[in-house]
Amino acid sequence: MATVLKNKSSITLRGSAEIVCDYLNYGINSILYQRGLYPPETFRNEENYELVMLMSTDQKIKEFLEKTLAQVKDWLVERIVNKIALVITNVKTLEVLERWDFNVEYEGNDTSKEQKSEKPLNIIKKEIRDVLRQITSSVSFLPLLDCLCSFDIHIYTKDDVELPNEWAESEPANIKNAQCVKMKSFSTNIHKMETVVTYKNEDF
Amino acid sequence: MSQFKYMNDMNDLFNLDGPLSRGPLLRFQKKSQENVNISSNLSLNSSKQKSMSVSNLSTSKTPTKNGGSDVIRLGRKTPSKTPSKARSKSTTPTPNKGAKTPNADRFIPSRSATNFDLAHFKLGQNDNLLSPSSKELQKNICESLHGEDISKQKILSYQKKAPSAPEGFMNPMKVIYSQTKTPASAKSSSRYIPQAPDRILDAPDIIDDYYLNLVDWSSNNILAAALGAHVFLWNAGTGNIEELLALEGNDYVCSLSWIQEGNYLAVGTTTGTVELWDCATVKRLRTMPGHSARVGSLAWNSYVLSSGSRSGQLIHHDVRQREHVVSTISAHSQEICGLKWSTDKKYLASGGNDNVLNIWPAVSGGFHSQPQPLHTFTAHQAAVKALAWCPWQPHILASGGGTADRHIRFWNCNTGACVNSVDTKSQVCSLLWSTNYKELISGHGFANNELIIWKYPSMTKVTELMGHTARVLHLAMSPDGTTVLSAGADETLRLWKCFVMNPLKKKEVQVKSKTSALKQSIR
Repeated sequence: MATVLKNKSSITLRGSAEIVCDYLNYGINSILYQRGLYPPETFRNEENYELVMLMSTDQKIKEFLEKTLAQVKDWLVERIVNKIALVITNVKTLEVLERWDFNVEYEGNDTSKEQKSEKPLNIIKKEIRDVLRQITSSVSFLPLLDCLCSFDIHIYTKDDVELPNEWAESEPANIKNAQCVKMKSFSTNIHKMETVVTYKNEDF
Repeated sequence: MSQFKYMNDMNDLFNLDGPLSRGPLLRFQKKSQENVNISSNLSLNSSKQKSMSVSNLSTSKTPTKNGGSDVIRLGRKTPSKTPSKARSKSTTPTPNKGAKTPNADRFIPSRSATNFDLAHFKLGQNDNLLSPSSKELQKNICESLHGEDISKQKILSYQKKAPSAPEGFMNPMKVIYSQTKTPASAKSSSRYIPQAPDRILDAPDIIDDYYLNLVDWSSNNILAAALGAHVFLWNAGTGNIEELLALEGNDYVCSLSWIQEGNYLAVGTTTGTVELWDCATVKRLRTMPGHSARVGSLAWNSYVLSSGSRSGQLIHHDVRQREHVVSTISAHSQEICGLKWSTDKKYLASGGNDNVLNIWPAVSGGFHSQPQPLHTFTAHQAAVKALAWCPWQPHILASGGGTADRHIRFWNCNTGACVNSVDTKSQVCSLLWSTNYKELISGHGFANNELIIWKYPSMTKVTELMGHTARVLHLAMSPDGTTVLSAGADETLRLWKCFVMNPLKKKEVQVKSKTSALKQSIR
């Protein structure tokens, strides 16, 4: 978890990136479960943020998320990530059906590696809990994904980033007739995270 | 590009029955050559240089009819016949044939992978003909569409993708959206349960709000129902209907609860007050303020009335005293929609829109709860409204979750363990235990808007009662336990005689006379 110093309970830049990545991990797993992308029996309960979250047990999904989020964490520390997008596509037609945008904003005037935040961890966790709840309850308005779907994670970075091994540039995933719903946001006073779901509007 | 030229020459040599490839240029080909610049600007290829060379190549190196038509197709004039010819060309052995993508041609190997809209936009971007204001407009549109200037960002993704779901896997959410009836358990029950409601009452203007509790059936056999701002009393014995109260303005009634003895009704309103009504005389006894938001749930324990509001606050009111607030607890972070005392009054269960179910122990010697919960259950993935305590095992609680959860869960509140859980495939709006049988009944939302009777503890379906055309919001049971009333969002109240006792067994049931602790004390 976050690196918390005993004397003043401040959160470092790296700790803040870790909080954000933890949120992403739980959020993405929750979306995969709630949107029915994978069989529910491949998920197991895990308690965090005073919530029961469902986490995938599929080795390949876990590995993919681990690798991706580790890289995101490094980039969050370097302040080059603008947005993390979870893209859900139809496997057969390759049509993008839904996109979850996690927009990152960098807060505070201190732009050094030593930036610290005094925000109490339990308040941050409460904010995260509220967003995760909203993600869970979003199934009530999102359209049914009535086909075999896959997901991908796109990281929007500044253009001076060095491309690591096994990474490649990709196309933006745009959705036709998109409908947008903004969730609550949370902030560690270093990173501000805004969650938006964009989905295809069928009735149009 | 030179290999294309070579291959095209080779094709021309071998295609004896192909179109004419030598000789002077045809008139429209000359014309298209003049238009090369325009057509390259209009062509939707990803880069300007590439599209230039493509169109040059197609006109000069292969001056065939097909080549020419290709340019026209990329340009502005599109004769209706040419596209089909251009397609027939792809059957000739061109170097591109190896690509095998169905909608590819020689120059754009994969059309599906190319973002033509963006490419076209980017081509036009460098145009100096645009006025400063329209440049600004374009920049603003781009920023609002993509979040920021797209030329200054990269989109990266990890190349070892996660696998998609196994072939043949069907989205489990589909059951929620489908209208098919799930089969009830094959075991037929030994008793007859009528599939049609015994009676249907109209309930115009009943509020379709999951978070409210709008019907309650008293021990005196009087049913109270809140329809918008009005509260009506229906005497189930005589069939008389009486209007108890009507709120003014835009206020509406949010919750109703009869005291155990059955002649006083507590009414929670949008203004955050709780009113106490004497139904025999149709008089308001008192108004108890305290909440800052609407009061969606009420529960009685002797002379203490517990109320839960939208703010997540739980207040215990001693209705006998002038200073009625016994204690105020911040029970939930969001609206409290379910509130029930256990049958032995040892525990109070509260369910909220924060997906949390709290169990509060009663204070010893009192009728309100302690300020700290004994258990906090977070297993539900949606708001917890449906709560029901088992009549024969007073520490067993059944709770049902909303649309995102769809489970009925059973809790042993002595130990804090989840005893059982069932996926009902639909929003659980309300739950009731039968007092006559070891069964419980649940009211559901989309897709079937049905009532399901479950055998306990096996949780096999005994039967499903259909009829409501919108979700079944509330359930109430008659004092004799034979009849269940369901209030639907379709503005009907339906009475189901689903727990009628076997007449032989009926004789054993004794009617217990109830002693009232309140009768002497309330004036």
